[in-house]
Amino acid sequence: MSPSVPTSMADQNRRFGVDKLGLLIAMIAGAGLLLPFAQFRANRIVLGEGRVLFDALPTSWALLLTVIILLVMLGAILRFAPALKLGCASAALLALAGLLGISAGHLMPVGNGLARVSPASGFWLLLFAFALLATDALARLKPGPWARIAILAGLAMALAVLLASGLWADLSVLQEYASRAASFWRQARTHMTLTFGSVTAATLAGIPLGILCHKVAGLRAALLNLLNIIQTIPSIALFGLLISPLAWLAANLPGASAIGITGIGAAPAFVALFAYSLLPIVSNTLVGLQAVSPKVVDAARGMGMTGRQRLFSVELPLAFPVILTGIRIVLVQTIGLATVAALIGGGGFGVFVFQGIGQTAMDLVLLGAVPTVVLAFAAAVVLDAFVELAGGKEARR
Amino acid sequence: MIEIENASKIYDSTMVVNDVSLTIPPHSICAIMGRSGSGKTTLMRMINRLVTPSAGRILIDGQDITTVPAHELRRRIGYVIQGYGLFPHRSVAENIATVPGLLGWDRKRTAARIDELLTLFKLDPGRFRDRMPHELSGGEQQRVGVARALAAEPNILLMDEPFGALDPVIRNSAQDDLIAIQAKTGTTIVLVTHDMEEAMKLGHRIAVMDKGRVLQCAEPAEIIAHPANAFVAELQGSGDKAFRLLSLQRLEDHVQAGVADGQPLSAGISLREAYSELLWSGRDAAPVEKDSRPLGRISRDAIARLAAQPR
Repeated sequence: MSPSVPTSMADQNRRFGVDKLGLLIAMIAGAGLLLPFAQFRANRIVLGEGRVLFDALPTSWALLLTVIILLVMLGAILRFAPALKLGCASAALLALAGLLGISAGHLMPVGNGLARVSPASGFWLLLFAFALLATDALARLKPGPWARIAILAGLAMALAVLLASGLWADLSVLQEYASRAASFWRQARTHMTLTFGSVTAATLAGIPLGILCHKVAGLRAALLNLLNIIQTIPSIALFGLLISPLAWLAANLPGASAIGITGIGAAPAFVALFAYSLLPIVSNTLVGLQAVSPKVVDAARGMGMTGRQRLFSVELPLAFPVILTGIRIVLVQTIGLATVAALIGGGGFGVFVFQGIGQTAMDLVLLGAVPTVVLAFAAAVVLDAFVELAGGKEARR
Repeated sequence: MIEIENASKIYDSTMVVNDVSLTIPPHSICAIMGRSGSGKTTLMRMINRLVTPSAGRILIDGQDITTVPAHELRRRIGYVIQGYGLFPHRSVAENIATVPGLLGWDRKRTAARIDELLTLFKLDPGRFRDRMPHELSGGEQQRVGVARALAAEPNILLMDEPFGALDPVIRNSAQDDLIAIQAKTGTTIVLVTHDMEEAMKLGHRIAVMDKGRVLQCAEPAEIIAHPANAFVAELQGSGDKAFRLLSLQRLEDHVQAGVADGQPLSAGISLREAYSELLWSGRDAAPVEKDSRPLGRISRDAIARLAAQPR
């Protein structure tokens, strides 16, 4: 009897009260409305000047965006169904993305190939506020693993359509892209090869090593300590450290240079990324195997399973979600880390980042950084979904 | 027939099992009873070679168990542990199919055996076959654990505290089920327990262990009547020895000639239940019947005499 009273009062609060996170989102969006929306530069390396909303957009569009922002602020503060909130946030994000392209077209002087328009602090704040609203609504909806992958695919589609439509063609980052499209895709391929190649190699080596650590207790401490030490070497140092031994190998081992082993370039980058990936996979394999209930292992032994049967039909399947979590950590980490490979001539998106830093051209830095972040984010979402799918079949004790 | 000959196990210079010799006749239940650390589980695990004896040997039907590979030996011996160790990533049917799968049974035979066992353990095959272990109650998990152990029709079943995780009411009925199933299949059961009540109820013979030694191995009535030493006596507690003795005897075996008044007692109950009934209804004697046919009578005095320590 009595517990039902506070519950219904809480329900009422939820219906008419103010959402605290929504209040924060509204404040961020409000700041975004006042700060410069876009940045105009006469050429790609001079300091830019900010343009507030009504300077950055034709008046009618600026009015539309203002109305949208005010509506989102109101929508964020009030409590209503998360699905509806998600719809509002998505529509607002889409409008924001489209209007950024319109702003670039509006600000760009006709026939001037040197001028640059890029998003400014106001745009980023608005993007952050809308995205926060969308993720908060999404988190409350608790979509299943397949739904999350579908949402990710939808996002990718929307992005592809935006890019293909040419709406963003006047934006500075895409101008950088336009002048080096071939190189961009070549480096993208290198980045993918380095990342997925080294993670695959680390998985193939790491799982057997993890099993070995599980079976041979004496090896455990030594191997894990070695991998821990590798993990603590700063990445640039590890890339550098590998140059001389690999150069020596290339010079002295017949056929080594023929298969791509050199002191600089992709080979040392691959080896370093592999070395970094090993520890999480080995330790997660070990932790996963150790977490298998001793009773289950005892029962498997007592029923007459051989060591191999036990490993493949009981221990590894039960440890699999934990091993997959290790692979997820490593994949996301390696996608980011692979940018550093450009320093030793390994290629990848890092090439644009370091070129951009060298030329103080932030747009070029973004051309390397944004795809890296997008890739890491997508990998995290997909693998998180896989981890959940793998864990869903078994008991959650 | 299981023959344990002078088996010992030493861990880090501690004698966990100390020169134990024990013969377990076929088609019987032998309860190994002792406190924790008495070596009872270690002794049981020697039978399917999960523990290798430091000395001595074990014969099954006259054959030394070390003459076959351990995993082949274990496939012929059912194994149930406390907590059951069901495979959490496999369904009930897949769990039960474990040993048949290892032995290479064909699909049809395995499927038929799974349904037969589920029915035997009062689990509707249609409802339970595809359930996952975490969807089962404790009692259902216990039954699946025993069904899994019996899947390949082993002659021997080893059980380590199989009822330890159940609440008293469910434990009682699970014990009754085990007695019925053992009577039907004739499986030789070696059951490890720390509970004297359980050992008395299930064991045809009880081996009482302490500090790695078997102090006494005898039928329950003998253990109550003539404990081998003070420790065995103490394990049973002092309060209700007489009632324990009565609960081991069937009323049917002690019916006297004659008649008595009042509600008749069923011949199938234990003397303990009969005595309690007489005390409760305030009668000196009651008629006894079997299948609604009068057999005779039983008196309170007669039962009281049967409760005295046998000499």
